[in-house]
Amino acid sequence: MSAEPPAGGEGVSSQERPGPLLEATGLTKHFKVGGNLARKTLHAVDDVDLVINPREIVALVGESGSGKSTVARLLARVYMPTRGEIRYRGQSLASMRSRRQSMRYRSDVPMVFQDPFSSLNPAYPVSHGINRGLILHRPELSRPQRRAEAIRVVETVGLRPAAHILDRFPYELSGGQRQRIGFAQALAYRPTVILADEPVSMLDVSIRIGLLNVMADLREQEDVSFLYITHDIASARYVSDRLLVMYAGHIVESGPTEEVLAAPKHPYTQLLLSAVPDPRAGIADGPIDKGEPPRVVDPLPGCRFRRRCPLAIDACSTVSPALRELSPGHSAACHVAR
Amino acid sequence: MPDAPILQVTDLSVEYAAERQDVRAVDSVSLWVGKGEFVGVVGESGCGKSTLLFAIAQLLSPPASIVAGSVSFNGQNLVTMTEKQLNVLRWRDYSVVMQSAMNALNPVISIGAQFRDALQAHGRFSAADIADRSGEVLALVGIDRVHLKSYPHQLSGGMRQRAMIAMALLFTPDLVIMDEPTSALDVVAQRSLMGQIRELQRTLGFAVLFVTHDMSLVSHYSDQLLVMYAGQVVEIGLTRTVFDTPAHPYSRGLLDAFPSVRGERRRLTGIPGSPPSLGRPPSGCRFHERCPVAEAECTTEQPELYPVGEVASRCLLNRPPAVKG
Repeated sequence: MSAEPPAGGEGVSSQERPGPLLEATGLTKHFKVGGNLARKTLHAVDDVDLVINPREIVALVGESGSGKSTVARLLARVYMPTRGEIRYRGQSLASMRSRRQSMRYRSDVPMVFQDPFSSLNPAYPVSHGINRGLILHRPELSRPQRRAEAIRVVETVGLRPAAHILDRFPYELSGGQRQRIGFAQALAYRPTVILADEPVSMLDVSIRIGLLNVMADLREQEDVSFLYITHDIASARYVSDRLLVMYAGHIVESGPTEEVLAAPKHPYTQLLLSAVPDPRAGIADGPIDKGEPPRVVDPLPGCRFRRRCPLAIDACSTVSPALRELSPGHSAACHVAR
Repeated sequence: MPDAPILQVTDLSVEYAAERQDVRAVDSVSLWVGKGEFVGVVGESGCGKSTLLFAIAQLLSPPASIVAGSVSFNGQNLVTMTEKQLNVLRWRDYSVVMQSAMNALNPVISIGAQFRDALQAHGRFSAADIADRSGEVLALVGIDRVHLKSYPHQLSGGMRQRAMIAMALLFTPDLVIMDEPTSALDVVAQRSLMGQIRELQRTLGFAVLFVTHDMSLVSHYSDQLLVMYAGQVVEIGLTRTVFDTPAHPYSRGLLDAFPSVRGERRRLTGIPGSPPSLGRPPSGCRFHERCPVAEAECTTEQPELYPVGEVASRCLLNRPPAVKG
């Protein structure tokens, strides 16, 4: 990191105490599955609380099917929550009914998608997407101002010469360059929080770091916060201040990134960390867990990790554990963790 | 190498026929796999690693074709064999595990029926024998034999991938070729599968040729490592040595592109630019445009694989002084 990030983003909030930018409480999303007669319910997200502070990068880590992308889509208002509330700068999203408010929210909290090969319109040069966003969300800009702004955002994400890049078509750019355009589009709205859903997972390993550095730089230079959604806990560590670990629709652990990694409390986090291949370290021949996904269609009460958990006790199969703060700012949803 | 290699690939080149100019996806690659050895091939997308693997397994279809080189497997050259001759070897002496088990397994017939097909391709077996052997290999990978009656969609991603591996082991072949078998899996399932492959390899003694884009994944499992870039092998050697003291700047860059979950948190740089198009590979050293230590000579002079200690590296900086000038 160019500057040591403030632990838990508190470096900022303790000075001025501006409330959180984005806050979700009891966020829940259920999907009906299996046709009308079967009446099964898939619990994609259950009772998720999360906070994103100004100038903070929060990583949401989980395996496929854990509900992490659903959280992003709920925050982006792609889905409406089954229960729970999302507040932006203290105002509930449910109360933002007018088009103006809704547009304002979408420009403040844009999303960057996973697949840079399908998220840009192949029929237009890359300036098209940036311009459309500017016309829609910043109508006060004149045509030359829009061009200047497009050049500024493209340069900010590290693409030069910007004027040349803007006239390229998506097929002329590499995956890494396209994903940078994705970030440039979001940046053109002057966002406060960017929801980045697996932005680097489709890119080659040699260029992923470049994109993660773009995120870190945007926070430093443009004061943008991020929700960084990933399955890769090592990249989450690389950019984030705070880490949320998701399992089967629940957040099972949250806390300052370095603290969670140094002393993981939840057995799932411990399992996840032990499974990460690291060429610089030896391999620990720990217990082999098959990595079978949990049941989220009509789940029974109790901890959803209990069948895979080495520490499970009787209470785990009857009572769903809630997040408990075990040390300042560091919580885990586990009956056994201390 | 301990024994005579069971697989010896010599100067293998593969080209894709294209309208203007043929694209050479694999350029003169040589490698060998010893009995019971685990050889990893790493590289970014488009470096030719999957094409190499398909060429070795004789699974290329037009417009791709082998234009030069030989693939000697247990002393026989696979390149010059007919389909009929190859069909005798496939599944029995060598097998291939594909990247996406969902696409590699037939979705409309049960796992057991697919195992039966593979077995019956090589002889007559009684129904009881087929059931026994199929159940046995499934048990090897930790899947209950009741799943012989299951269809692919009823299994999880990890189970499907393990079922593919079980199928590859039906005849306990000498060589199992794997094309990114874990890339669609979550990290915990990935770790479990890798451990299982290694364990089976130890007990059954087959060799593995393992292709992946994830260098850190093979670091703990492979004996030998090949790093590919733009169709060529840029570094080859013992895995531990390549990881501890990478000789080629590309290997160093790749290693430095992985953030770690342990140790100090520091800013990494990755590798600037992006991989070149194989249709028009850069002149001289193919990596020179992205190389942090490139010299003027690198833009014109094509490096060969030079021995550096225990590894070989395709970098002019590693050229032995005697050859210079």
